[in-house]
Amino acid sequence: MTDPAVEDSPHIVIENLRFRRGRKVIFDDLSMRIPRGQVTTVMGPSGSGKTTLLRLVGGQLRPDKGRIWVDGQEVARLSTRRLYALRKRMGMLFQSGALLTDLSVFENVAFPLREHTDLPEDVLHALVLLKLEAVGLRAARDLDPASLSGGMARRVALARAIALDPDLILYDEPFTGLDPITMGQIVSLIRRTNQSLGLTSVLVSHDVTEAMAISDQVVLIADGRVVDAGPPDELEARASDWSAQFLQGRPDGPVPFHYPGASYRDDLLGQAERRDD
Amino acid sequence: MTDAIASLGRTTINALVVFGRAFVFLIRVLASLDIVIRRFGLTLAQVYSVGVRSLLIIIVSGLFVGMVLAYQGYITLVNFGAAEALGGVVALSLVRELGPVVTALLFAGRAGSALTAELGLMKTTEQLSAMEMMAVNPYRRIFAPRFVAGFLSMPLLAAIFSAVGVMGGYIVGVGLLGVDSGAYFSQMQSVTDWNEDVLSGVIKSIVFGFVVTWIAVFQGFNAQPTSEGISRATTQTVVVSSLAVLGLDFILTGLMFGAG
Repeated sequence: MTDPAVEDSPHIVIENLRFRRGRKVIFDDLSMRIPRGQVTTVMGPSGSGKTTLLRLVGGQLRPDKGRIWVDGQEVARLSTRRLYALRKRMGMLFQSGALLTDLSVFENVAFPLREHTDLPEDVLHALVLLKLEAVGLRAARDLDPASLSGGMARRVALARAIALDPDLILYDEPFTGLDPITMGQIVSLIRRTNQSLGLTSVLVSHDVTEAMAISDQVVLIADGRVVDAGPPDELEARASDWSAQFLQGRPDGPVPFHYPGASYRDDLLGQAERRDD
Repeated sequence: MTDAIASLGRTTINALVVFGRAFVFLIRVLASLDIVIRRFGLTLAQVYSVGVRSLLIIIVSGLFVGMVLAYQGYITLVNFGAAEALGGVVALSLVRELGPVVTALLFAGRAGSALTAELGLMKTTEQLSAMEMMAVNPYRRIFAPRFVAGFLSMPLLAAIFSAVGVMGGYIVGVGLLGVDSGAYFSQMQSVTDWNEDVLSGVIKSIVFGFVVTWIAVFQGFNAQPTSEGISRATTQTVVVSSLAVLGLDFILTGLMFGAG
C-alpha cells in the first residue's frame, strides 16, 4: 500500500510540549507518539487540556516550548499556506458538531468540497450523498442544523470531516452527552471509518468504557504529563494507582476526594482554639 | 488613592489593547478583500441581509423624520413669510445631517447588532474554529464580505433615507400645510449645492458605514464565547458605534463647513 518507512513512522509526534494559558500550566514536558492507521485515545480528567492538545495539533494554538510534527511537518513552523494544505488532509470533529447554522445538512457536508475543489455540481451531489449515506443521514440532507439532535449533528459533522478524504481525523469528546443508541452508532462509525478509509484517528475523551473498547492505543494524561500509555488491555493489566483510579472511576485514591488543604482535625480544633482565646 | 490611579491605568491599558486588536483585525480584513471580487456572491448575500433587510426601518424613519421636519420648519418659516423656502430647509437638513447621522444610528441598531450577534454566535458554537480546521480562512470567507457589505449599504441607505424624507416633507408641507408644490421643489433645487451639501453627506455616510461595520464585525470577532459575552458585545456595538457616529459627525462637519 504505502511505503513501509512512511507506514511505520508515527503520524503525530509530540516532543517536550509545554503550553500555558495565562499562569496556568496546561502541558509541562509532554511527549507522545501517535501511530499511523490506528485509533488512539487521549484520556484524562476534565480540565487536563485534552481539547487544547487537539488545537495544538491542528495548529490553532502554538506551543510555548517543544515541538509537534504531523506527517513529518512541524506544525508551528508552517506558513499559513502550508498549514492550510496540511489541514485539508486533517478532519476535526468538534464536540458540538460546529455545523454552519445558515446552511442545510447537505450544504454543510458540501462546504469543504465547494471551498477547495471545482467539482461539477452532479459529481459534488453524488459525493455528498455518499458521505451522508456513510453516516446514515442521506435522507436528512435538507434539514436545518438547528433541527438535528446532538448525535445527528455529530454524525453530519463526521460526514463533513471525511468529505475531503483526510488521512487523519481528530475527535473532540465524541461520546459526551449521547444516549446509549446514539453512543453505539458513534462508536461503530468511528471504528468503521478508521478501517474503511485507512486513516489515523485521534480521540480525546474521558468516557473510559467506550474509549477502551474502540482504541488500539490509549494515552493517559494528567497534570500536564503523560501518566501511562499503551494498548488498552496492557494498560488495564499494569495500571499504576492513578491509572487504576481513573480507569475504574474510584471516587478516592491518588486523586483525593477532598480538595487539598489543612487537615479536617486541625481545621476544627484550630477554630475551637481560636474561640477559646 | 493609589487604587484609583491603578484602576485608571488598568482601564486605559485595556482600552488600548482592545483598540490595538481592532486595528490589527481591520488590517487583516482589508488584506483579505480580494475575495470580494473573486466571489462577489458572498458579498451580495451579505448586502441583502445587512442592507436590504434594513430598508423597512430606514424608509419608515425617513418618512417620519421628513414629515416632522416639514412641520417644525413651517412653524418658523411662516412667521417670516417664507413658507415657500420649506423645500430647501427640509432637503438641506436631510442631505447634510439627518440622512447620514440618523441612518448610521439606525444601521448600528439594526444591522450592526445583528452582525455582532451572528459572529459572536459563530464563535461561541465553534463555527469559526471549524472553518479554520477545514482550511477555510474566516477573514476571507466571513469577515471581509460582511465588512464590504456594510460599507456599501450604508451610503445607499442614507440616500434612500434622505429621498424618502423629502417625500415626507412634501406630504406634510404641500399636502397638509398648503405650501406650493412647485415652490417646494424649486427652492430645494436652488439652495442645495451638489458639492457642498450632497457630496459632504455622501462622504459622511461612507465614513459612518466604515466605522459602524468595523465596530460591529470586530465586536462579534472579539466577543467572549458565552451567551453573556454575546449580549455584552451586541450592546457594545450599539453604544460604541452610536457614540463614534456622533463624535465623527462633529469632526467631519467642522472639517467641511467650519474651515470654509
